[in-house]
Amino acid sequence: MATMPASASDLLKSFKLKTKQQELLIRVSILCLVYILAFITRLFSVLRYESMIHEFDPYFNYRTTLYLTENGFYDFWNWFDYESWYPLGRIVGGTLYPGLMVTAVLIYRILRFLRFAVHIREVCVLTAPFFASNTTLVAYFFGKEIWDSGAGLVAAILIAVCPGYISRSVAGSYDNEGVAIFALLFTFYVFVKAVNTGSLAWSLASAFGYFYMVSAWGGYVFIINLIPLYVLVLLITGRYSMRLYVAYNCMYILGMLLAMQIRFVGFQHVQSGEHMAAMGVFFLMQVFYFLDWVKHMLSDTKLFQAFLRITVTSAVAVGGIALGLGMVSGYISPWTGRFYSLLDPTYAKDHIPIIASVSEHQPTAWSSFMFDFHILLFLFPAGLYFCFKRLSDATIFIVMYGLTSMYFAGVMVRLILVATPAVCLISAIAVSATVKNLTVLLRSKNKVVQTGSTKGSGGSKSSSKALLDQSQPFQKNGAIALLFGAFYLLSRYATHCTWVTSEAYSSPSIVLAARGAHGNRVIFDDYREAYFWLRQNTPQDAKVMSWWDYGYQITAMGNRTVIVDNNTWNNTHIATVGRAMSSYEDEAIEIIRSLDVDYVLVVFGGVTGYSSDDINKFLWMVRIGGGVFPVIKEPDYLVNGEYRVDKGAAPKMLNCLMYKLCYYRFGEMMTEYGKPPGYDRARGVEIGNKDVKLEHLEEAFTTSNWIVRIYRVKPPNNRW
Amino acid sequence: MGRTSSTKEDAGALFHSLRSAYAATPVNLKIIDLYVGFAIFTALIQVVYMAMVGSFPFNSFLSGVLSCVGTAVLAGKSNFLSPLFAKDLPPERAFADFVLCNLVLHLVIMNFLG
Repeated sequence: MATMPASASDLLKSFKLKTKQQELLIRVSILCLVYILAFITRLFSVLRYESMIHEFDPYFNYRTTLYLTENGFYDFWNWFDYESWYPLGRIVGGTLYPGLMVTAVLIYRILRFLRFAVHIREVCVLTAPFFASNTTLVAYFFGKEIWDSGAGLVAAILIAVCPGYISRSVAGSYDNEGVAIFALLFTFYVFVKAVNTGSLAWSLASAFGYFYMVSAWGGYVFIINLIPLYVLVLLITGRYSMRLYVAYNCMYILGMLLAMQIRFVGFQHVQSGEHMAAMGVFFLMQVFYFLDWVKHMLSDTKLFQAFLRITVTSAVAVGGIALGLGMVSGYISPWTGRFYSLLDPTYAKDHIPIIASVSEHQPTAWSSFMFDFHILLFLFPAGLYFCFKRLSDATIFIVMYGLTSMYFAGVMVRLILVATPAVCLISAIAVSATVKNLTVLLRSKNKVVQTGSTKGSGGSKSSSKALLDQSQPFQKNGAIALLFGAFYLLSRYATHCTWVTSEAYSSPSIVLAARGAHGNRVIFDDYREAYFWLRQNTPQDAKVMSWWDYGYQITAMGNRTVIVDNNTWNNTHIATVGRAMSSYEDEAIEIIRSLDVDYVLVVFGGVTGYSSDDINKFLWMVRIGGGVFPVIKEPDYLVNGEYRVDKGAAPKMLNCLMYKLCYYRFGEMMTEYGKPPGYDRARGVEIGNKDVKLEHLEEAFTTSNWIVRIYRVKPPNNRW
Repeated sequence: MGRTSSTKEDAGALFHSLRSAYAATPVNLKIIDLYVGFAIFTALIQVVYMAMVGSFPFNSFLSGVLSCVGTAVLAGKSNFLSPLFAKDLPPERAFADFVLCNLVLHLVIMNFLG
């Protein structure tokens, strides 16, 4: 039963390996290669730039990890941060998910124990790729549990390079999702294993997996709603069994208890509307257990049917009344805005502008799906077909996971990440089942010749194959052609994924690159230049006001107190900053002085053509400020509903603080050959107000490409 | 009507047959059932107490109630003497799992008690 060409099998036979051992060797070597591949495909930005932390949120995680290494766990768990949200401060210990930081520090301690003198930053940068490799292993075992080991291998390969996952787990992207997707897949795998075996040990492992997920990411709400939904579907389709009872109950009770140890989560498992589904299903399971016991006790089925009807209706009624009472009395809080906007996508735009303004929360376009999934998009329905053909507890789970996560991926771009493991697994089932059927066809032709001579030994299976072969003579050629087609598709997928990773998902966002006039690469390192200027040239207790996007980076790299940062927990404080930025300078200076601000930082892309600067984000500042302070009205800044910065712009726009700070001294600047001075390359227009005079602020620092501009607040004039 | 009276008769017949079937179960099982019932009874007492004096250290209340519910559920499903038990696991393994889960449960409860 050789499964590969003659020379390789001879080579392996020369090692005196039996077929089972050959198969094991191939599987292990494939898994090792996939492990290494998953790690190295995420290293593009480390090779091109340097080993640094990307984006905004990872800087906060890095700062907390640094604090944890220096001060130990007890201080970290009880940390009150004075350096952000001045003058309110932030209870860091109670408002973060510690899983990522604790994991990184654990790896750091282990490496230090083995006498590898690494810096914590290196560990932080490479944590995400390491966990991505571990995810591929879990995907293999999960595929093996659902279908067979072939599907597991394909799943591991698909998820190793899938761009949907790579986007949030490149080296340097030190964010919660890098660890959370591993925890998610691990929890699901162990839970399905528990349902399949009915053992308490596996359920305990799934409770621990759930605990790790809760400690790592706020998206754990997906688990605590998907698993009860899955249990409910199994109960409705008549698949109740003792194994399901054991698995769900142990996981729910222990998982809930463990999850409540995280201060940020607190008592939400018993008080929040988002977690009530799990509790409801828990009580329903007890009812089913009771019914099962009664059924076993009684021998009269007619009596049992009547009893069944009464019990189920009364149980559902009692549950409904309890839930209603809880919600009406306010004890059970309704769904929070973040998750409610998943069910009703228009909710955030009308009620919570901060959630609506985050670019990752926008609905997904088809191009994003194609970009992130490539061939998996059409392999997903094919895999669903195969799953429905062989329904079992495990395949029902993966179908539900796939469908729910695809719905949510359609609502919010960020959630493509959660859908990726499901899509990879289901597509792997499609690929593996198709390839298996095709290779069986290929091998059967050889078998027909043999069973022709030894009659009756093959049995009905090979004789039916023989029948098939005689009616369609070109089956073997068709199978070979289809196999080549499958190989071509998979190789195109690998090429596409590597290209996407290299082009789109490997930029650190804090260092910008562009092509110069001669085709050479030009690096803009302005952000770090500005933050280090702050660190070295301002007093220790200086307070910096900027828009909330840059808060984490300023505290992590500039080491100065900020007014608002990316945590966005206090909308009024952010609205105050937004109001200051959109008022005239005289009104703004009142707010600035009341907040004790010493420096104001703005990001300006007019000289370089950088389009994610503060002028392009300005309307969000107006909207958020106007949401709390009605004195700021958005139509004041627009002309005929249009947002302009040139001569035809609204007068309030031309004189507000943000405009003045961005375009101070810009009127004399020549940015492009053949254009007048003061030509804004990001907006593509010549600015309207070139003669900007500042009365209460003075320019402190502008970076070499004018991307970051820092202004000092002048002390009030003496009143001789 | 006829239906309600037959339902009443059904309920009565149900109750009687359940009672007789339960009396036929071995003593071991009845002891374990008593243990589960005791755990749930303790949980109910705690809930009534909380209703009387208020729920201030909520974490302590939760850990107390959940430890009772947890032991009840674990005992209920590790009950390998019960005829409902899934047959694929040997009893020693089931008992070891039971001990491990109880250990984890009580460690977490002790941490959560505050």
